Amino acid sequence: MFNKEFEAMPVNKMKELQLERLKWSIRHAYENNPFYRKKYDDAGFNPDQFKTLDDMRRVPFLTKQDMRGNYPFGLFAVPLSKVVRVHSSSGTTGNATVVGYTKGDVEVFAEVVARCLAAYGATENDVIQVAYGYGLFTGGLGLHYGAEKLGALTVPISGGNTERQLMLIKDFGTTMIACTPSYMLNIADYIEKKRPDYDIRKTKLKAGILGAEPWSEAMRGEIESRLGIQAYDIYGLSEVIGPGVSCECQEKAGLHVHEDHFYVEIIDPDTGEVLPEGEKGEIVYTTITKEAFPGIRYRSRDITRLYREPCKCGRTLVRMEKVTGRSDDMLIIRGVNVFPSQIETVLMEAEGTEPHYQIIVDRKGALDDIEVKVEVNEKLFSDELKVLDGLKRRIEDRMRSVLGISAKITLVEPLTIARSEGKAVRVVDKRKI
Amino acid sequence: MNVTQLSVFMENKPGHLQGVLKILAEAGINIITLTIAETSDFGILRMVVNKPDGGYEALKEKGYTASLTDVLAIEIDDTPGSLLKAIDTFSRRKLNIEYMYAFTEKRGDRAVMLFRFEDIELAKKALNEEGYSIVKKIDIIGE
Ligand SMILES: [Zn+2]
Repeated sequence: MFNKEFEAMPVNKMKELQLERLKWSIRHAYENNPFYRKKYDDAGFNPDQFKTLDDMRRVPFLTKQDMRGNYPFGLFAVPLSKVVRVHSSSGTTGNATVVGYTKGDVEVFAEVVARCLAAYGATENDVIQVAYGYGLFTGGLGLHYGAEKLGALTVPISGGNTERQLMLIKDFGTTMIACTPSYMLNIADYIEKKRPDYDIRKTKLKAGILGAEPWSEAMRGEIESRLGIQAYDIYGLSEVIGPGVSCECQEKAGLHVHEDHFYVEIIDPDTGEVLPEGEKGEIVYTTITKEAFPGIRYRSRDITRLYREPCKCGRTLVRMEKVTGRSDDMLIIRGVNVFPSQIETVLMEAEGTEPHYQIIVDRKGALDDIEVKVEVNEKLFSDELKVLDGLKRRIEDRMRSVLGISAKITLVEPLTIARSEGKAVRVVDKRKI
Repeated sequence: MNVTQLSVFMENKPGHLQGVLKILAEAGINIITLTIAETSDFGILRMVVNKPDGGYEALKEKGYTASLTDVLAIEIDDTPGSLLKAIDTFSRRKLNIEYMYAFTEKRGDRAVMLFRFEDIELAKKALNEEGYSIVKKIDIIGE
């Protein structure tokens, strides 16, 4: 453990620590940021009323809209002279949001990422190749400073250029690579198609540190079997700090939340009511040590569950279930709730491979129509029509039995589905509701 | 003696066939015969070309999904009922045909048909026994 004092802190002591830090954080936001002050005044909430953790439910939520509305620096609670770095989310569904960090925040960011790396078994003896994009996106720099803090040899290669990634894995003896799970699969495809001579199992690569997009257990299985590595989830949101809010340990049994820096709650996404521990709902984050950009009760839209059963690794930190869906991404198709990750799982299980896909939802007349485009790679292709037709039919049947919806499967040529910054554009919703 | 067929996955959309043909033309690949099997949204372009490996690499390079498969080129008399007779023979010998198409040029007074059998080795053996003439690869693609 990188920081045993906090990672294995007795739960009662952690709750006391969180309460103290929460009191500071809420007051800090209220006193030093006009937006928070007005929002709390309007809601009739005063930080003096915050006495126990149970009072959390009285604190107003912070939404993505609040963030966008305060672009660029409206949610900062320190003078700009104290801000040493900014990051910005790509804003996949609208305007970008900008987050700021003081020197202290940058330190916390590195600390939580270092803890994650240690949780995957990394030490100063490891060579960590950071294949996330460096720049405004939190992935690259976040992993970079975390890996340095741990003392690992940090390779700042950034994203893309697969040939070069492979070369450095071999030449530098890279032991862990940090990137998106889809890029990890791209690497597997690349090796199979273009570098059959490259034996990744003969390199020192032992783990992938994968995050920045929701991914399924089926995808983990594919990555691990195709590349012969362990695939670990790292989770975070730029609005909270970036990657490192929570991470899996080597048990791969949920993600430990760094509770001494982030307070988490699960709410009912429709009513906003806090749900009892163990129930599934939207996870809400509160930063309790952040200075430049306090996020108090930030609604993440990520759907998950929290649980406190002791973990074999010895960490006492609460665990959250792997996030496989975002309430924003959830599609309601003919009244059925569908997460893109479920469709991904069907594709993986139907063919034992993860093709690139895109879900297109449209409304024809009064009915919702769902089409899933699947890129035909060499593994799926056949010179026989009946084989390709059979593939289509098999996926359609599985969709029907697993998801309860009829989807039209369209086989498309490789590289025809749009990708942005290594992330595939998974859902196109053309419905005008 | 097998003929190597180059197959490409194509969406059934305007311009896509031209796209594939252009890549092959630029790579100096000569198409000897071709056929397209299609559904409403996609198709498989199957070709016999002078340099199958070169064609495959050129298409792959440009991001197309392609494959190489062995097919048999068989001489059939250019008379009424000859194809039926051949197919009857296949059926009697329990040879399953996945698909077939014709070769554009005749060899003397005989036509050449390309067959994709489920089991090519079994087909070769049976057809030799039945006295069919299997055209050599070299005669098809030249050189
Ligand atoms: Zn654990």
